[in-house]
Amino acid sequence: MNLLFYIAAVVSVLSTLIAITRVNVTHALLYFILSLISLATIFYTIGAHFAAVLEVIVYAGAIMVMYVFVAMMLNLGHATIDQERAWLKPTIWIGPSLMAAPLLAALVFVLLKDTSAAEMGHTVTAAKQVGIALFGPYVLAVELASMLLLAGLVGAYHLARK
Amino acid sequence: MFEFVVGSPLNIVLILGAVLVAAALLIWVERRVLGFLNERLGPNRVGPWGIAQSLADVGKLITKEDWVPPFADKLPFIVAPIIVPVVMLLSFAVIPIAPGVGIMDLNIGLLWVLAMAGLGSYSAMLGGLASNNKFSLLGGLRAAGQMISYEVFMGISILGIVILSDSFNLREIVEAQHKHGWFVFPQFIGFIVFVIAGLAETKRWPFDLAEGESEIISGFNTEYSGMKFGLFFVGEYIGMLLLSALIPVLFFGGWYAPFGLELPNAIISGIFWMCAKTGCWIFFFILVRAALVRPRYDQLMNYGWLVMLPLSLLNLLVTGAVVLAQGN
Repeated sequence: MNLLFYIAAVVSVLSTLIAITRVNVTHALLYFILSLISLATIFYTIGAHFAAVLEVIVYAGAIMVMYVFVAMMLNLGHATIDQERAWLKPTIWIGPSLMAAPLLAALVFVLLKDTSAAEMGHTVTAAKQVGIALFGPYVLAVELASMLLLAGLVGAYHLARK
Repeated sequence: MFEFVVGSPLNIVLILGAVLVAAALLIWVERRVLGFLNERLGPNRVGPWGIAQSLADVGKLITKEDWVPPFADKLPFIVAPIIVPVVMLLSFAVIPIAPGVGIMDLNIGLLWVLAMAGLGSYSAMLGGLASNNKFSLLGGLRAAGQMISYEVFMGISILGIVILSDSFNLREIVEAQHKHGWFVFPQFIGFIVFVIAGLAETKRWPFDLAEGESEIISGFNTEYSGMKFGLFFVGEYIGMLLLSALIPVLFFGGWYAPFGLELPNAIISGIFWMCAKTGCWIFFFILVRAALVRPRYDQLMNYGWLVMLPLSLLNLLVTGAVVLAQGN
């Protein structure tokens, strides 16, 4: 399980990086889907089976399908690829990267120093426990999320109205 | 005597082999049955009754030039046909065939099938998008809209079963049906919605608008030839096999014999009844293909969102209320 975790982690970081640096939107989406699936694998290896499969159903299977659907609807051609390429010049990304580097270093340092982490992959969280947690202590968050979704639904209806 | 344990190498090899052989045979069976229903013979030249037709087809597809159109987007074009057969075979891993016969005994088996179905929709979409052809793009768009819509109803329609059996595990669902009777009776609406949505997910007749050969040539696979087309084709048949195996597991008691017609050995009886029930559903889907006409795309969407969604939500609501009222 440990080895599987590290493989999935490496794939997830690499595919996310590649997804950001692609100029072709279809390729970027493909790598993004890969990154989501590897995230699901990570969830699975640490025992959160329910979260893992929801990650695939909701993110990789539904939301990313919508992204690809929009990419198809817009049917972007070479003009956008050139535009993306122009935006991805080193002068644009080198400044933010240099500033973000110390933050990454700090994060890695903290993670390496922390030895209190529990051994992973020993407790499996069942779907029932997730449900009890969601509709027990976190019921307010669930209700708020549902209200946000309702607002989105009403907004979509308003935009689509003729 | 062999010892059957879920996930043993023997199980994996046997099930994988059986599924692939069944999918290949299915192509021949469907063409032959459709032929008889249309008052023609169908493929009857290769081997006795034409049974080796699929082998000849594979030979032809493999020896064909493996061509990628110069205007296509290479990476997604090559990835797209691989996705659907792989994902469908992965789904088969959680299907319980008999006690001890199966590849994975996953506690989230039902969700696993839904997740794989969700990933399977990329095949048609990416194929249509990467072909860089107007007809392919239209086919891909249709596939995307259809699959993302019908996935919703498919997911909601089987939640009633989860409530009744108190589990996402397909084996426990089968055991629950052994105790409480087939779920097709208390979940009749869920069953109808599931069959229709499942048929739409496999993009089979009458839901093959993504191909729609009378309107958009061959839809998302217009630019595909050789074994790449073959993978789309085999993926569709494995999907049909998966759906035909999933319906008995969820609604018709899985491997348990109906009316007490058990065979002496539990495993042989399980495999026999599971195959028999799956076969019935395969035959049903072939008959549906011969009997129905393809709807218009707006009819498909209206039917989905205005009929199937309210029905499946109502089913879920009533099931939940009844179970709650009975106090489990």
